[in-house]
Amino acid sequence: MSTKENKFTFSRRNFLKTSALASGGIMIGFNLLSACKPNVTPSVDIENLNFNDFNAFIKISNEGYVTIFSPNPEIGQGVKTSMPMLIAEELDVEWNKVHVAQAPLDTKNYQRQLAGGSQSIRFGWEALRQTGATTKQMLVNAAAVKWNVDAATCSASKGIITNAKGETLGYGDVVNEAALLEVPENVTLKKPSEFTIIGTNAINVDLPKIVTGKPLFGLDYVAEGMLYASVLRPPVFGQELVSFDASEAKKVNGVIDVITIGDKVRKFKEAGKSNWTFKMSSTDKVVVIAKNTWSTIKGKKALNAKWKNVAKLESTETHDKELTKILDSKDITVRREDGNVEKAFAQADKIVEKTYHSPFLPHNCLEPMNFYANVTPEKVHLVGPVQTAEFAAIVASEMLGYDLDKVHVEMTRMGGGFGRRLYGDFAYEALEISNAIKKPVKMISTREDDMTTGVYRPAIKYRIAASIKDNKITGYHLKEAAINSNMYGLIPNFFPAGCIPNYKVSTGNYKSDITTGAWRAPYTNFLAFAEQSFFDELAQELNIDAVQLRIDLLQNVKGTKDEKIEYSGQRMEDTIKLAAEKGGWGKAKEGVYQGFSAYYSHNTHVAELAEVVIKDGLPVVTKVVAAVDCGIVVNPTGAKNQVEGGVLDGIGHAMYGDLTFKDGKPSNKNFDTYRLIRMNETPKVEVHFVENELSPTGLGEPGLPPAGGAVANAIHKALGKRMYKQPFIAELKKEENIVG
Amino acid sequence: MPNYTLKINGKSVAVSADADTPLLWVLRDELNMVGTKFGCGIAQCGACTIHLDGIAMRSCQLQISMIDSEEITTIEGLSEEGNHPLQEAWKEVDVPQCGYCQAGQIMTAASFLKENPSPSQDEIRQAMHGNLCRCASYNRIEKAVAIAAKKMS
Repeated sequence: MSTKENKFTFSRRNFLKTSALASGGIMIGFNLLSACKPNVTPSVDIENLNFNDFNAFIKISNEGYVTIFSPNPEIGQGVKTSMPMLIAEELDVEWNKVHVAQAPLDTKNYQRQLAGGSQSIRFGWEALRQTGATTKQMLVNAAAVKWNVDAATCSASKGIITNAKGETLGYGDVVNEAALLEVPENVTLKKPSEFTIIGTNAINVDLPKIVTGKPLFGLDYVAEGMLYASVLRPPVFGQELVSFDASEAKKVNGVIDVITIGDKVRKFKEAGKSNWTFKMSSTDKVVVIAKNTWSTIKGKKALNAKWKNVAKLESTETHDKELTKILDSKDITVRREDGNVEKAFAQADKIVEKTYHSPFLPHNCLEPMNFYANVTPEKVHLVGPVQTAEFAAIVASEMLGYDLDKVHVEMTRMGGGFGRRLYGDFAYEALEISNAIKKPVKMISTREDDMTTGVYRPAIKYRIAASIKDNKITGYHLKEAAINSNMYGLIPNFFPAGCIPNYKVSTGNYKSDITTGAWRAPYTNFLAFAEQSFFDELAQELNIDAVQLRIDLLQNVKGTKDEKIEYSGQRMEDTIKLAAEKGGWGKAKEGVYQGFSAYYSHNTHVAELAEVVIKDGLPVVTKVVAAVDCGIVVNPTGAKNQVEGGVLDGIGHAMYGDLTFKDGKPSNKNFDTYRLIRMNETPKVEVHFVENELSPTGLGEPGLPPAGGAVANAIHKALGKRMYKQPFIAELKKEENIVG
Repeated sequence: MPNYTLKINGKSVAVSADADTPLLWVLRDELNMVGTKFGCGIAQCGACTIHLDGIAMRSCQLQISMIDSEEITTIEGLSEEGNHPLQEAWKEVDVPQCGYCQAGQIMTAASFLKENPSPSQDEIRQAMHGNLCRCASYNRIEKAVAIAAKKMS
């Protein structure tokens, strides 16, 4: 999931355009209340005040109140707080007086309104700060004109502009004039030492609403006249609808109609318009339309549908065989090759080769998939939780034949994303339903729908081999066999690329009818475990400390001229050392076993030290110390939360996460049999950041990949057993015949 | 459709719904009280936790016809100003990531702290284990419950 091409840039042109628009409708406000005037406490409902649009990101009222629009979707990764912080820093307003609002999808004024790949902060860093700084300069220029002084003699801080005589004007006092001024070029951004907001803790901006149960999420959205819909999809992968009997369903109180959808999807696919967010089968689906959610659930249960097999029904057993065949085959695609791996292996004293196996994983966002659509002859209105709102608009426009500017998409807060909401099938279903019934409708999935008709993390196997000569690692070959698609293009350039002279990555895949896609930290969520377990085994083989082995290897990549190498040897080493120091590597108490792991992904370097104890024969993770280099930490509390959550998510899925298939049918459908980590199973997570002044990188994903490896390596210390297959607990129980 | 009168957050509320409708959907769809969340529908995740006479219950399993004169408390009515010690602690610790499960977590914790005003860490971990947080904000939930317990005692 490379996101390099999707650069987020500051645009003077957009800035001018939107301020000109705003200038057409200027209101003269009252300057009685002002958050940006000294000694005045705000006592009004900021959300309901009238504001002057300053540009697409900032609104400043004549009273001085500031609203900052967060451009990107919020899935729990914290950008609704951290992106506005970047603007507020350079705009120089007090953070606690800023109101943050979610921007709608608006491709004319915003770029990359996407949540994915942990890239929002990285791409927003320059552009958002420039937006803030430019606005501030315009306000200062407007004040200077009012005072008839040189703008260079004025300064601004906390929403107040001061001139050489010590006179002050609030931002609200000059906002109307400022909006008419030319947009200045080459504004100077602050040095990190001058930051007053970046680097300070800002609690989640939606927190007051979250803890009081206010409507925020897609599932909470209601509109006048809205109906509810649930969709019956094929019960197993590889089937299509033959017929259905809706007579019982229609008897359910509250059920209004039962229809089928699928035609629009088929036409869209046949026209070749499908894109990467569009992972829908061409089958018809049966839809129950009702007055409320409960009636749709009951109505769906009462449906009697017949399905036919249109493909061979797949099972995990078959996948295992097919993926192993790929690993055994010689003609899989080489993705990177340095030196001569074959030669190194031929000349080796010893070759270590291990194979690692992962199951499928559902995303299990706690808010089930849902979307609101209202298709009218004039326009299309979509509201809901989707990570790729722009694609939702494009699909709506192309699928139903509306001009793109007739499609309005509103992004709600999302009850988790984890990659599932990159794929907009639920929005596209809502769209087709509303188009069919000509009414506003909300499509709601149940947990069972989500878990059994998902876009899963694909099952993957890795085989890693290393050659050892004179007690040194001379060659390394990583093979990937995956369901449907392989690792994205940057991954072959991650560690240990550049550290081992003879190095090769090759990949192959098995095409399946089971829909698969990105799952938090795609590929690396399992690859990091395989690789970091393997290096632990190599350290044991070489009789060297596991942390020292990594540090030794990293020396080889420092100063590399290979521009494709994605990570930094120095930053990785510093991160590893910080985790080892803070976690007390090698100093575990008796009965406590430590494991180490370090991984670079999504432009962030992370090292983790896990501690495990054994209880009733099984490992219990008691503590994880994580060290992170994500450059400048924009919002320390939010950043820490992301890493904590990522570590626990990584551990939970490595220990318990398991989904298999038998004849096209997923093994689990709800949380009674599908095990997610719970509070009483969680270790204490301690997070430390490497301090530097480098540009910030994202944190939604990078905390997760190293966790499984750190735990696996600790389990090995504790039990003398290597983990080659996830989930660990199921594997250990199998070996020990432990029941319960 | 039968009519019911429920006591929700100190108010008497009239609603008509099918007898087997779970309180969860009555709250969400009929009364537009959407703080109580739908997560699994089988009492495994705790997102729909409410209080029935002060006791934490899964509203997805409570059919409206089973409720008589019991007092229902939802997240919207846990405190008048959104300042229950747990809500305050949640803000102090900056608990949520996506935030979807948090109302249910707070409702479970509120009922638990009534029964056990000064719990040990281990008691908190056991009491809260029925509520899933997919973002795994568990460390902070644990901390916030402990902070609230201290403030309340």
